[in-house]
Amino acid sequence: MEQLLQQVINGISLGSIYALIALGYTMVYGIIKLINFAHCDVYMIGAYIGYFCMNNFHLGFVPSLLISMVVCTLLGIAIEKIAYKPLRNATRIAVLITAIGVSLFLEYGTMFFVKATSRSYPEMTGMMAQRFNFGNVVISMQQILILAITVVLMILLQLIVKKTRIGKAMRAVSMDRDAAELMGINVDTTITFTFALGSALAGAAGVLVGVYYNSINPLMGVLPGLKAFVAAVFGGIGIIPGAMIGGYFIGAVEVFVSGYGGSLYRDAVVFGILILILIVKPTGLLGKNTREKV
Amino acid sequence: MKKIFETQAVRKLVFLALTFVIIQLLISTNIIDAYLQNTLAAICINIILAVSLNLITGFTGQFSLGHAGFMSIGAYTCAIITLRMPTMLGFFLGVFAGAVLAALIGFVVGLPTLRLRGDYLAIATLGMAEIIRIVFINLKITNGAAGLQGIPRFVNWTWLFIFTVGTVLLISNFLKSSHGRACIAIREDEIAADAMGINTTKYKVTAFVIGAFCAGIAGALYASYFYFLKPNIFDFLKSVNVLVIVVLGGLGSISGSIFAAILLEIISTFLQSLSELRMVMYALLLIIIMIFRPQGLMGSKEVTLSVFNKLGGNFRSGMSKLEQRLKSKKGRV
Repeated sequence: MEQLLQQVINGISLGSIYALIALGYTMVYGIIKLINFAHCDVYMIGAYIGYFCMNNFHLGFVPSLLISMVVCTLLGIAIEKIAYKPLRNATRIAVLITAIGVSLFLEYGTMFFVKATSRSYPEMTGMMAQRFNFGNVVISMQQILILAITVVLMILLQLIVKKTRIGKAMRAVSMDRDAAELMGINVDTTITFTFALGSALAGAAGVLVGVYYNSINPLMGVLPGLKAFVAAVFGGIGIIPGAMIGGYFIGAVEVFVSGYGGSLYRDAVVFGILILILIVKPTGLLGKNTREKV
Repeated sequence: MKKIFETQAVRKLVFLALTFVIIQLLISTNIIDAYLQNTLAAICINIILAVSLNLITGFTGQFSLGHAGFMSIGAYTCAIITLRMPTMLGFFLGVFAGAVLAALIGFVVGLPTLRLRGDYLAIATLGMAEIIRIVFINLKITNGAAGLQGIPRFVNWTWLFIFTVGTVLLISNFLKSSHGRACIAIREDEIAADAMGINTTKYKVTAFVIGAFCAGIAGALYASYFYFLKPNIFDFLKSVNVLVIVVLGGLGSISGSIFAAILLEIISTFLQSLSELRMVMYALLLIIIMIFRPQGLMGSKEVTLSVFNKLGGNFRSGMSKLEQRLKSKKGRV
């Protein structure tokens, strides 16, 4: 029982990180139907920015998180403007290849500057290093922090999407781009804003991962990126609450599989679930079936 | 007409024989040294991979990101068989078994997943390739993450040439048949093809299985040529590399895939010494080409030998006629 509880807690921490990354995937896919492969590398860059803030400039956790989010926002905007905007009317496969190109560029560009070796985040001290014991169940301050920050960011995101004008524009563009444009919505600005939002969340996830797992490297984004995408598909791609549910689900599955002896097949199980979902309900958990029209 | 066709066939044969002999001469005079021979092998393997993925993605319009998975099945099967049976017969058995096994897995995976469209299929095939890789990491017979070493080499330029030409001919002839045209019709408009009485599932699975079969051959050649296998060779990046060749050459252009495979391999040989910068330049090249020429180098056009004699290749005119007819329905990818 205690082990189960511990696994649930670990699963929630990991799931929060997947959910944060998955939100970026799902928003971008919802709005321009692109699997943004570069997204997982924005997350990696976020982790490195956090590392440099804490290690080289000795900033605290919160300022590092905020700086990382701002830098990632700018990076997301730059990627969108330079690489994706010229391809607005190209075929989707061309945009996808570009996304892969951007992803490789960020990975190996980072590798060129910081070398391929892993780096570890500075030790957390004071309040950040605290642990709470409930019998045999251990909750670390970091886990509480991850959950709290994720929840705050998700509420903020929901407020932006549901209550602001630009959020309304985002929903309109994802529903029907041409109609939105006819209604006077600036589609380009809306798409850029979507990238900015998603990248900010990825940056936050990067710093949280650095603090939680302590080790970062230039290729750290690839596998979590794929899994976060699986999470987005699981919840129904393009649907924001779906990505959150999917993130927590995938995190929980991964922790449970490795907790109960299957750690070697952990990733295979995640991808197996993906294929199963795609076959049974391709639109995901919260997705609606749309008829294809000629 | 018949006479033109015959001269075409003769010309094709002469062209192929000349290519073979010239490169064989360059190898035996050591102008193509051991290092360049590796490049040559990589080019041939990439051509097989790219042409077979082009059949799936370029001609049938089914977006697959799992080609490395099929390749790894072929590679491991061939390696395991030749390690236990280090004879020429063992090698052929290995290539054949690898290709058939890859095709079989392609069938099992393709049948349910090919109902999915577009990006969903891409993600499903990506997941499949990852699962295959993880299984290979954990199996005993494949020696886990450390991989297999000392696989006997039976592949030389002759076999590379024969298998490459064989697969390219297999696929281009398949595309000329009524089955191939059915595949192209599915790419242009699946619903319309369905309405015309084409069994879309059957042809999609057929194309997928043939693609997997050829990828299995490519994998077997890889295993036999490079002595050494480990699961991480066949990761997501490998599938992406093949897709990049196909898109760079032009979706729906076999000659485009061949040119792109040669071009990319030569570029990467020249940039070999730059390590990380090589990948950065590769990535930049990719982005720039996609921004300025999103349809790839060749579009969906073919270069046949008819360029040399202006007689008009039967394949080319037939294809373009068919494409015109289909394009009038405004094609989408």
